[in-house]
Amino acid sequence: MTAPLTSLDRPNSYIGRSVPRPNAKRLLAGRGRYVSDLKLPRMLYAAFLRSPHAHAQIMSIDTEQARALEGVHLVATGADLAKICTPWTGTLDHFKGMTSSPQLPLPLDRVVWAGQAVVAVVAESRAIAEDALELIEVDYEDLPLVVDIDSAREAGGPLINPGCANNTCFRSRLDNGAVDDAFAHAAHVVEEEFSFGRHTAVTLEPRAIVADYDPSAGMLTVHHATQTPYQFQDLYSRHYNIPEARVRVVATDIGGSFGMKLHVYHEDMAVVGLSILLGRPVKYVADRIESFVSDIHARDHRVRARMALDTKGEIIAMDVLDLTAIGAFSTYPRTSVVEGNQVIRLMGAPYRFKNYRATLEVIFQNKVQTSQYRAVGHPIACAVTERLVDMAAAKVGLDPFAMRALNVIADDAYPQTSPTGYRFEALSHQACLKRLHEMMDYDGLRAEQVDLRKRGIHRGIGIATFVEITNPSPAFYGVGGARISSQDGAILSLTPSGEVRCLISVTEQGQGTEAIISQIVADQLGLAQDHVKVITGDTEVTPHGGATWACRGAGIGGETALQASRALKRNILEIAALILQEQPSALDIVDGEVVDSGTRNQRMPISEIARIAYFRSDTLPPGTQAQLTVSHHFAPQGYPFAFTNGIQGCSLEIDVETGFIKVLKHFIVEDCGRVINPMLVDEQLRGGIVQGLGAALFEECRYSETGQLMNGSLADYLVPMSMEMPDIVIGHVETPTADTVLGAKGVGEAGTAAASACVLNAVNDALAPFDATINSIPITPTNVLKALKRF
Amino acid sequence: MSGLDETLLNDADETVRVRFLVNGRKVACEVAPRETLVDCLRERLELTGTHAGCEMGACGACLVQLDGRAVHSCLMFAVQAEGAKINTIEGLTESGVIADLQAEFHRRNALQCGFCTPGMLVNAHELLSQVAQPSREEIRDALSGNYCRCTGYEAIVDAIDAVAKARSEGGGAT
Repeated sequence: MTAPLTSLDRPNSYIGRSVPRPNAKRLLAGRGRYVSDLKLPRMLYAAFLRSPHAHAQIMSIDTEQARALEGVHLVATGADLAKICTPWTGTLDHFKGMTSSPQLPLPLDRVVWAGQAVVAVVAESRAIAEDALELIEVDYEDLPLVVDIDSAREAGGPLINPGCANNTCFRSRLDNGAVDDAFAHAAHVVEEEFSFGRHTAVTLEPRAIVADYDPSAGMLTVHHATQTPYQFQDLYSRHYNIPEARVRVVATDIGGSFGMKLHVYHEDMAVVGLSILLGRPVKYVADRIESFVSDIHARDHRVRARMALDTKGEIIAMDVLDLTAIGAFSTYPRTSVVEGNQVIRLMGAPYRFKNYRATLEVIFQNKVQTSQYRAVGHPIACAVTERLVDMAAAKVGLDPFAMRALNVIADDAYPQTSPTGYRFEALSHQACLKRLHEMMDYDGLRAEQVDLRKRGIHRGIGIATFVEITNPSPAFYGVGGARISSQDGAILSLTPSGEVRCLISVTEQGQGTEAIISQIVADQLGLAQDHVKVITGDTEVTPHGGATWACRGAGIGGETALQASRALKRNILEIAALILQEQPSALDIVDGEVVDSGTRNQRMPISEIARIAYFRSDTLPPGTQAQLTVSHHFAPQGYPFAFTNGIQGCSLEIDVETGFIKVLKHFIVEDCGRVINPMLVDEQLRGGIVQGLGAALFEECRYSETGQLMNGSLADYLVPMSMEMPDIVIGHVETPTADTVLGAKGVGEAGTAAASACVLNAVNDALAPFDATINSIPITPTNVLKALKRF
Repeated sequence: MSGLDETLLNDADETVRVRFLVNGRKVACEVAPRETLVDCLRERLELTGTHAGCEMGACGACLVQLDGRAVHSCLMFAVQAEGAKINTIEGLTESGVIADLQAEFHRRNALQCGFCTPGMLVNAHELLSQVAQPSREEIRDALSGNYCRCTGYEAIVDAIDAVAKARSEGGGAT
């Protein structure tokens, strides 16, 4: 109790405070309202017949028996939906030269991955719809297929898109400084080839959508489990030619998203069309196998990279080739090349070198589309960089901490521009490095490692520094022609009883958006948090904005709420000043009471101001028009992105007989700028790390040579469960961005960004005495045994 | 409808009357023999707090309390539950038996999207009714069939651990 007073001791100071999420109580009581729970009057259910072939010509479709089944209302093929839906193409203008084939909800004549939806059935129940699927006959003729990077690049090999010269979607090259010269004069060079398996989001609630077209009003309402309702409002409007104001997208509770639920899926587009064709609500919820074969996958990269160092061990250059295999086309509207683009631009981001060259080649193959999933590109760039740094440290004879201390950009050297073109405002690698060293008891862990090795116990210690992209400006999508907003909007009202309603464009997926927005509003206005009601995720009531992606909720949404709150406060105090015959500047609001700003003496409750303004405006001076609702938009300016940084550490044990890896403890020191709610930040980090550990150790979408997904169930595709996961120790450094008043940056992807790199380094550290190395992810027991030449 | 040819009716259209005690109330409903218990609870009884995650007993989202034990409602046909006593998250909430777990989950933010949460609570409730003071290892082991993509599990383990301790200090579970 003797701690000095901080800003948190001020009344209503919620920014920086760990307060629980008000909306979590509903979820704990089983009162969540997910789209998969939704039932509307006269609602019908859709199911999809899927292609068993990875690449085939559709010769004929016979739906006669299915149409005749009792309870079936509609059987639709590609041709039926093509009449009402315009095609989409997943390219963006700022990715020069990229190509992708136009897509329709259901294919007209050709399937390009196993699991692609071909025919839709709408029936009175999902069960009847699925019964009808069994009565449909589709005649396919196999086409030559491409299911890996090498065969896709083979000259003269099969082509996925007829009429194209090759299977390349996009190529990009960066070349800065004098790379060849640096390698020619390097004292040390390390080089390695890395591979990163495909994995997928596996949200616990699968994709879910209820489309409800009312022909009498010409109005489409879509209840859509998505992060980005405005983006879908725009897409449904344009592709189904319905005026935007007559398209409403409602995103209620959502059972996990992680980037997966912000892409266009063929089934979702189809469901909208089916509802239009029927004039009735149509529901579709993917089942688990459908999720595995139709949700976006991510990663699937093969990277060849080398790093040049001088005699002291300073990094002087990197040279990178990233080959990444996406699906048979690029995802709409955000494309499938953003991940590769971020891989080559985040390489080496924490370090000081200036000579950098990278080639990115994005390749089509006959698998489901890949696209943005939590920590887009970061885990690959981080694992490649950090593994090379560890290899270099070993070569130079430096400890991994010393190696990084020697090479990270100094905390006082910002602003900096990376050789890949990113502009960093202020990062804190040195502070994070120092903090992690203490937090891990690094020297103690090393001593213990030596002791245990003598007893045949093989522990590994790994660290990985990282940089995360957050708060994106229009440079991300807008400049490429995508109608994806990087600004947010808020409408803030003082209610007649003196509470505050905030309608805001950022959305909630459980990360705590509504909680932090209510904290910011309560803090800035000066009232109790439970007097603030936050409403999100309904395009009919919340203003247009970017919603949730690329860690923008706190930084951009939070700043929007902050500025809107200040505007509303000015308006409230203006009316208060008229009533109290004071200057507005002499007044403040504390705990819902207008007070003298100097003495904090209470003058009148804001509920009284609301009462007078709404019900007794006749008592205000003539000409007064109280504005107790404000709408406010905020678009990020200044730096194109707010980069964050941090460092992770991992201690694990390998059983060299079985190849099993047990993660013993994981550590992170993270700098996301101003922390609004420390508990929620920590939970983002923990969840993100565990998602990264899953990728590192378990998760991989395995395909057969014929392009069949072999492990599309939760029994076969391994996800991290509580038994395998460690406790995670968290530390913070706070370097607020000066681009906003709030100073917050994003944090949702930091955990995932470096967790797999950290594990990769720790595994190689543990295997060092065996002269064995691993450079592919996931690191399965089989891969460990292979590396040890025991399998 | 008159004159309907009975042979047109699919087997799946046949329903069976099933009766059980759900959240303390007698319930009877007509279900198709192929209907799982989770679908029956969610669709017919509108108890949407129970979730379907994997439909193969791997994720734990559909756990309900059936005759006192945590059971995967996706692995049972509704007809198999004839005569059973079933408590779902809605009933467990209303009776107050998991109020301390819910409060601790809330306090520690041991949930994000909330989709796994009802199953987690059913399982945690079962664990604490069998083992008064489980170790963290035992808690992690007990939760090993409950998939959560959001939290990383630690806060859930912490919350259950804290409730176990509080219940023991408060004179044992009631």
